[in-house]
Amino acid sequence: MFSYNFHWNQAFKALPQMLEGALVTLQIALLSMAIGLAVALALTLFRLSGNRILNGFATAWVEVARNTPALFQIYMAHFGLGNFGIHLSPYTALLVGIAFNNAGYLAENFRGALKAIPDTQTRAGRSLGMTPLQAFRYIVMPQMLRIAFLPATNQMVWAILMTSLGVTVGMNTDLAGVTQALNAVSFRTFEFFALAAVIYYVIAKAVTLAARLAATRMFRY
Amino acid sequence: MIEIENVRKSFGSLEVLKGINLTVQKGEVLTIIGGSGSGKSTLLTCINGLETIDGGRIVVDGTDVHAKATDLNKLRRKLGIVFQQFNAFPHLTVLENVMLAPVKVLGQSKAEAEAMAVKQLTHVGLGDKLKVYPNRMSGGQQQRMAIARALAMSPAYMLFDEVTSALDPQLVGEVLDTLRMLASEGMTMICVTHEMKFAREVSDRVAFFHKGVMAEIAPPEQLFGAPKDADLQTFLAATH
Repeated sequence: MFSYNFHWNQAFKALPQMLEGALVTLQIALLSMAIGLAVALALTLFRLSGNRILNGFATAWVEVARNTPALFQIYMAHFGLGNFGIHLSPYTALLVGIAFNNAGYLAENFRGALKAIPDTQTRAGRSLGMTPLQAFRYIVMPQMLRIAFLPATNQMVWAILMTSLGVTVGMNTDLAGVTQALNAVSFRTFEFFALAAVIYYVIAKAVTLAARLAATRMFRY
Repeated sequence: MIEIENVRKSFGSLEVLKGINLTVQKGEVLTIIGGSGSGKSTLLTCINGLETIDGGRIVVDGTDVHAKATDLNKLRRKLGIVFQQFNAFPHLTVLENVMLAPVKVLGQSKAEAEAMAVKQLTHVGLGDKLKVYPNRMSGGQQQRMAIARALAMSPAYMLFDEVTSALDPQLVGEVLDTLRMLASEGMTMICVTHEMKFAREVSDRVAFFHKGVMAEIAPPEQLFGAPKDADLQTFLAATH
């Protein structure tokens, strides 16, 4: 009833290749987080601006990013935009798709964090002659980032795992892509994907631990 | 000089200021007393333009606070205000709290701002707390820091909005002492307060607000010694 013969050697031989792929995965995740954070900040400012169009734009972004499959978002970045003559490489499309998703979730994190900061903080800043933007930049934003930091590390883990969706748009240099290519020639599906899963797990755990460590060093109050 | 002319202000259907007329001269210490909801705190936030007004006008050194052309950010540099809540910026040390606005708003160099911050913090008795984060300090210390933070902008006027109301009773004294010190140095101050003894001691004039109206204004010995307004008499009897 159970006659599968494990061939772990094949998988371990491919380990260097897979680790190279893991680096690409990590790179995409980090870049997508950097872009996502910048966009999320912009979306947050749009929401605070009091301008209906900007606010509507930000709300629409957050709603779509959080309520549609990440797979569709990446598909859209590659094939969807392709229909309009915008041709993104698998790498770029994957990056754009994940960054889009990150921005939506992070903007929502920021919104929650802002609720925990009393209005009187802004009021105190304005009383000292600060413009609304200065009060946000120097008083509210640092507190917001602190509150949102640990939730944001969850998103970072999610970004790492989302990179595996790149295989659907022809991505073949990241961990999932490399694994899929190896699987295609060897059919050692279980071994290769099990090993890849372990690598994903280790990266995700390492990121979470690094973030916790960084938090204790950065936030001294 | 702060000139308040027939100022009206409503929150929805509730009129909290019903035509206030008041002039505060340079160097004067004015305290405003009255029950809660009498409009006294609202008046302070109208003076520095945090609140709009619905009628009349407020003129600070010739500048109409609520005129469209007025640069409120610039005007607020000369109007220091301290609130009931201390509003310490929790992510900054005490020193950084005080330096922030002079650097970002006035464009002072870090060294210049730090020298000023150290001077003001020492002045309010926090010279040994420079590197401490506010959440490590008592309410009284945080409130004194808020005073130093306002003073670091070198304001011409200081507005104090019930600055001792959120403090534990044993911490009220140190903050009032700081205010007394400022008054004795000639700072122009408007203090909204519930501390009658303090009002009697430091004020040049005391104003009594009742239901959005300034019912009486007089030097402290007169206002406390021989109150004319019936509501003031009731108020004083209740607070003694």
